[in-house]
Amino acid sequence: MRDGVSARDDILRDVRRAVGEARRPVDVPRDYRRERVVEAATVDLFAERVADYRAEVVRCSLDEVEARIAAALPPHAQVVVPDGLPWAVPGAVPDDRLTPAHLDGLDGVVTGATVGIAETGTIVLSHGPGEGRRAITLVPDLHVCVVRADQVVAGVPDAIRLLDPTRPTTWISGPSATSDIELDRVEGVHGPRTLLVILAG
Amino acid sequence: MVTCLNDALFPDAAKAVVRLLHRLGVDVEFPEGQTCCGQPMVNTGYVEEAVPVVRNFVDAFAGYDAVVTPSGSCAGCVRHQHAIVGRRSGDVALQERIAETSPRVYELSEFLVDVLGVEDVGASFPHTVTYHPTCHSLRLLGVGDRPTRLLSQVRGLRLRELPQASECCGFGGTFAVKNADTSVAMGSDKARHVRESGAEVLVAGDSSCLMHIGGLLGRQRSGVRVMHLAEVLAST
Amino acid sequence: MTSTFVGMPAFPEAARTALGDSQLRANLAHATSTIRAKRARVVGEVDDWEQLRLAGAAVKDDVLLHLDEHLVRLEEALTANGAVVHWARDAEEACAVVAEVARSHGVDEVVKVKSMATAEIELNEHLEALGIAAWETDLAELIVQLGEDLPSHILVPAIHRNRAEIRQIFTDRMAAAGRPAPDDLTDEPARLAEAARLHLREKFLRAKVGVSGANFAVADSGTLVVVESEGNGRMCLTLPEVLVSVVGIEKVLPTWSDLEVFLQLLPRSSTGERMNPYTSTWAGVQPGDGPQEVHVVLLDNGRTRALADEVGRQALRCIRCSACLNVCPVYERTGGHSYGSVYPGPIGAILNPLLRGVGTDEQTDSLPYASSLCGACYEVCPVRIDIPSVLVDLRAQVVDAPRGGIPKPEAVALQAAAAAFSSAARMSLAEKVSGFAGRLLGWQLGRRGRTSLRRIPGPGAGWTDARDAPLPAAESFRSWWKRTGGRDA
Ligand code: SF4
Repeated sequence: MRDGVSARDDILRDVRRAVGEARRPVDVPRDYRRERVVEAATVDLFAERVADYRAEVVRCSLDEVEARIAAALPPHAQVVVPDGLPWAVPGAVPDDRLTPAHLDGLDGVVTGATVGIAETGTIVLSHGPGEGRRAITLVPDLHVCVVRADQVVAGVPDAIRLLDPTRPTTWISGPSATSDIELDRVEGVHGPRTLLVILAG
Repeated sequence: MVTCLNDALFPDAAKAVVRLLHRLGVDVEFPEGQTCCGQPMVNTGYVEEAVPVVRNFVDAFAGYDAVVTPSGSCAGCVRHQHAIVGRRSGDVALQERIAETSPRVYELSEFLVDVLGVEDVGASFPHTVTYHPTCHSLRLLGVGDRPTRLLSQVRGLRLRELPQASECCGFGGTFAVKNADTSVAMGSDKARHVRESGAEVLVAGDSSCLMHIGGLLGRQRSGVRVMHLAEVLAST
Repeated sequence: MTSTFVGMPAFPEAARTALGDSQLRANLAHATSTIRAKRARVVGEVDDWEQLRLAGAAVKDDVLLHLDEHLVRLEEALTANGAVVHWARDAEEACAVVAEVARSHGVDEVVKVKSMATAEIELNEHLEALGIAAWETDLAELIVQLGEDLPSHILVPAIHRNRAEIRQIFTDRMAAAGRPAPDDLTDEPARLAEAARLHLREKFLRAKVGVSGANFAVADSGTLVVVESEGNGRMCLTLPEVLVSVVGIEKVLPTWSDLEVFLQLLPRSSTGERMNPYTSTWAGVQPGDGPQEVHVVLLDNGRTRALADEVGRQALRCIRCSACLNVCPVYERTGGHSYGSVYPGPIGAILNPLLRGVGTDEQTDSLPYASSLCGACYEVCPVRIDIPSVLVDLRAQVVDAPRGGIPKPEAVALQAAAAAFSSAARMSLAEKVSGFAGRLLGWQLGRRGRTSLRRIPGPGAGWTDARDAPLPAAESFRSWWKRTGGRDA
């Protein structure tokens, strides 16, 4: 409150004054590509673009997933796994409300994903069953992420349509990176420095 | 429309336009009432002062099929800024007359390629040349490769690529004086690229930019000459 | 309004100092040319780029012209999602909200995601005065904070620093702020990033309160979006118990599906990547996941003033990608500090005057002139902000602000020119005079027949300090035409 008027009322009043007679409906031209069919090449493109970010990509059939996960983890690694992960993971530590410090002491994390975007090489997690809360895919240094081929879509609009805006989402395009030193990309800052994607099916 | 700058400082560029258009069979007139497009005022913020200048412009050029100018910048001002000046004047009649004249104003290469439909203007200029696409011709008008298409048809002319061609030379009208240090820093880099191109002659479609780059090339005693596009196209 | 760096001189003077710093110019030229090439490559591979730009501009225009409705919807959705919504008219009110949240949890430190809004309101300085340390966690922000420096770029605030300088800052300053830099630190970017990782990790793990901005705020779902690279954003948004986000009121998007446009435009325009490494979205409080107390501060701080400007309001479409900085030939040479604000470059040259208003201080009024109007910024802007047109309009506002007072010498000169140009007769008289003066001057220099001048005394000296000036022609075109009718061309 300032002079008895709330900031909210003041700002809304100032907005209305500022717009004044200019208020009018604006047509948004949506003739960019909104919906695209997924073909076999889309999945190849996804693999290629994920690898472009210097993430490691392993392709396999659906029944090879567990073996690939096991092969991806260092020996005796302790890895956190979310509830609902459909694959068995050696050295699994269930996410039992682990503290950030505890997570920092683990070697990695294994999760599934919600969507893969081919054009941008992006994986989107929406942190439900099989993906877990946000912290578990953030603090450990290795993230093994299983994406099924049938989860891959062509472009960003296709992904947006599949996602629920009320859920937290994390869009991951390669390992953590920075361009802050002379605008050159360097992998590996605060998020997992190694991202390994198992593309199954 | 010869533009105020060409009129007083670079009449040869304007004469070259006359010579070139005559050669192509165009009936050329120079409405003597013309002065300036008003850009120096508008771009410095003196829109109010530009109103009588623009009024004078539409008076001078009313009734012509096409108004041709050897300046991307002046053509850009007419096509993009006269309407702004018109609105500021509050004079509806002036706004209507601006709407009539503005679209008929062409930069030289647009007129040659789009209106006359020629790319080979029958010129001969046996020199090594590099072309600087001035910002207003490139980005405001979108003349694209018209000038280089015209140049590539000139007999004997060897066209060299200008490194980082699309970067501004730093003239910018009032900017050259108000921010002289930055303007010179930009122009020096442009002059360096011109020298690196190995050309004997730098060609552009705006005398203002040429004056700026030429002034720097001159100070650096580079030996590179600057010429307006019209002068090259008029050479035989 | 606190978005000017204290005591900054007007642009031309600040630029002069910067131009003299050859290290700075080399750093900037290297960095901007790298990013320009990357952007051009990834934009070039999108065949519907122009359609996306048109859609992006239109969505933002729609937002701005109905901003009150969208803000009310955003507030409702956020509240329904368990967030606490605050409104702040200015920097002071916004800082007070953040300080109050921190104080209510008894903390003496917060961790921060890089955010232009919090830089604009100088939140760190405000919190520091209250004994609360605000740790910047973005690598470039960390470099600026440790170096007690000022930001000089929207995306990469430490763009003016090269790797050797960064190593020095880390070695000298990290210890005082927490975990020291490793003894054997080199200037390899990967080693520098590693040093930042180690230094900041202890701060992330113990932080109770996180502070962020937002790139977008979706009205219909109450979802905020942060786009980043390093994962420091995810750390701040996820690990603390409490999160406060300071969001400019123009950041609203009507619907979740509008993100399909902006999540394509922003990464390619800013870092020149197909997609930035991490994007986080969250809708208020998510039980069992992330902060359980979430605040959102909706910030005006001059935005409604900018919104009232018919020509300038398009600046509020800006998504802070910094593409306009990277292509700007003025920015590349003068650097960001010359603009005296957290918003430098072409967007800064319009946004600062629009947020603060013109006609009050010389520094702000100098910004619309800090451009050659080359138009490179407009060409790359993902939301098609016609920066050159806004610059020209703001120049008119600068000129108009003191009308009626004592005219500046520039006004006298341009008014005289306008008077001459408003009639051909007057113009030809003026030409005769100047032609005569030019010839006289040439003769005095003892160089008859010269066509250029090495030095003009008086106000023209700014030109001839480094450039030769042409002499007026002996015969103007006008006189030639009169004499010949154009026949002996
Ligand atoms: S003005 Fe346009 S190009 Fe510049 S930062 Fe904003 S959105 Fe990007």
